[in-house]
Amino acid sequence: MDTGLLIEKTILVVVIFAITLFIATYQTYMERKVAAWLQDRVGPDRAGPFGILQPIADAGKMFFKEDFIPANADKWLFIMGPGIAMFTASMTGAVIPWGPPLEMFGRTVVLQVADINIGILFIMGFASIGVYGIMIGGWASNNKFSLFAAIRASSQMISYELAMGVSIITLVLMSGSLSLGEIVHQQHGMNWNIFYQPVAFVVFFICSIAECNRAPFDLAECESELIGGYHTEYGSMKLGFFLFAEYVNLFISSAVIAALFFGGYNFPGMDHFSGNTLAILGTAAFFAKIIFFIFVIMWIRWTLPRFRYDQLMHLGWKKLIPIAMINLLITAVVIGFNSGWFTKKSAKVKQTEKSVAMMPKAKVDAQANYKINFNN
Amino acid sequence: MESLSNRKKVVSNKKMSFVESLYLPAIVGGMWITIKHMFKKHNTLKYPEQQRVFAPVYRGMHVLKRDEQGRENCTACGLCAVACPAEAITMVAAERQKGEENLYREEKYAESYEINMLRCIFCGLCEEACPKEAIFLTDRIVPTNFDRDEFVYGKDRLVEQLDNRIDITVRQNTGKRGEK
Repeated sequence: MDTGLLIEKTILVVVIFAITLFIATYQTYMERKVAAWLQDRVGPDRAGPFGILQPIADAGKMFFKEDFIPANADKWLFIMGPGIAMFTASMTGAVIPWGPPLEMFGRTVVLQVADINIGILFIMGFASIGVYGIMIGGWASNNKFSLFAAIRASSQMISYELAMGVSIITLVLMSGSLSLGEIVHQQHGMNWNIFYQPVAFVVFFICSIAECNRAPFDLAECESELIGGYHTEYGSMKLGFFLFAEYVNLFISSAVIAALFFGGYNFPGMDHFSGNTLAILGTAAFFAKIIFFIFVIMWIRWTLPRFRYDQLMHLGWKKLIPIAMINLLITAVVIGFNSGWFTKKSAKVKQTEKSVAMMPKAKVDAQANYKINFNN
Repeated sequence: MESLSNRKKVVSNKKMSFVESLYLPAIVGGMWITIKHMFKKHNTLKYPEQQRVFAPVYRGMHVLKRDEQGRENCTACGLCAVACPAEAITMVAAERQKGEENLYREEKYAESYEINMLRCIFCGLCEEACPKEAIFLTDRIVPTNFDRDEFVYGKDRLVEQLDNRIDITVRQNTGKRGEK
């Protein structure tokens, strides 16, 4: 590994981390504004012009509050909870391709910290570790309401991760790759996965809202039933970390939705641009999509009431998982049919040809290009 | 039984059809409703900068009026205290001495006159009971305070100042009062 790559990746990590934190901070402001607009109100407008300094005031308040640890709480787990939540939330940004490659100082800078070939598994893994923060926090508080919330959060995560995973497998079947970089690259131009897999998108979208613990799936932090949920006993910046991690998760899951189903940095008419212009426009398009999805998820939050617990389980196990399974089956059969598994010569069809068979021609070309570019 | 209000509805627990059980159309419908609210004009007043215009008959803090020559109208008859449903008003009557004709309009006046603003329900019955047009409710708001004792308003805060007369003509000429 040469020094240039190391510096390049370090800068990228710092920039992405800073952007993630910045966006998460301003999501709190956006959330309050969107909620206000949807409810015929004005929202925060006192701190600075249009209230844009409100998140800073909130953060300042969080920092200056007393850092309290209850007497009967398990001290180390109590501190670890928000730490894990925050850590896992900010890790997933590493595998998301933020834009087309940038030409800089004679180098090609790939706007993705790590294009690991199991990118989706990495995200799924960290999303499932994320619930440990909530669980440990709720458990360590030594409070029955926190424990209830922790139990709810973990069972909800388990239920919805299944359907989420199955809908991702559908996508992986189509793309023939687990690498996010490649999946995004295949959706060149307007060739987005949403047009091929709308059902998988709906399942994935619902599940990712549930994974973020957001309304209507916010059973882990329903203040009317569980006081505050898993963070009942938390105060000061530890509470801040929990809330912040939720917004980072929201940002990352919007990014994953945009990358998997809405073409990531691809936009229609992108062939007219090249080089750095394309990189900048692509990144802008990606962030526009991310912000759009953040808005949609907020919009859903301020429209729908919370699910009842049995309804939540019913939806997860009896509806989403069967739908995702059937969708997977149909996709698999169609791919198999297209690659000739059901005819006699099927045995001779090679592995690579199978996976690309279902894809439209543009996708196949894009995949071929990608392999040439990145394997060199 | 016959419904009196005509609003009786029989609750039905009918099974949902397949489309209904998908929920998604209903969710989209709900989201359409909320997004419409986003573009509606909202009625919020930015309070300290903008203040709402009160209705002409708004019942706020009381004033004890003086007449044109600056003499107190109140004769301490006690009708307001009797009329008061919250028993917020107390007063002590006194006789007007020689040389005080420029202060009090009639021979009897209120030496002290107190309204407990925490008891007062701002119903305006004192104003209706008053035969001398002495007490009126105005569009001023009783300011907040940290101390309960501070809410017992004496004559120092109720009687209008000579250099700062309280205008109640709008109130007097609105609605039924104006028709008289």
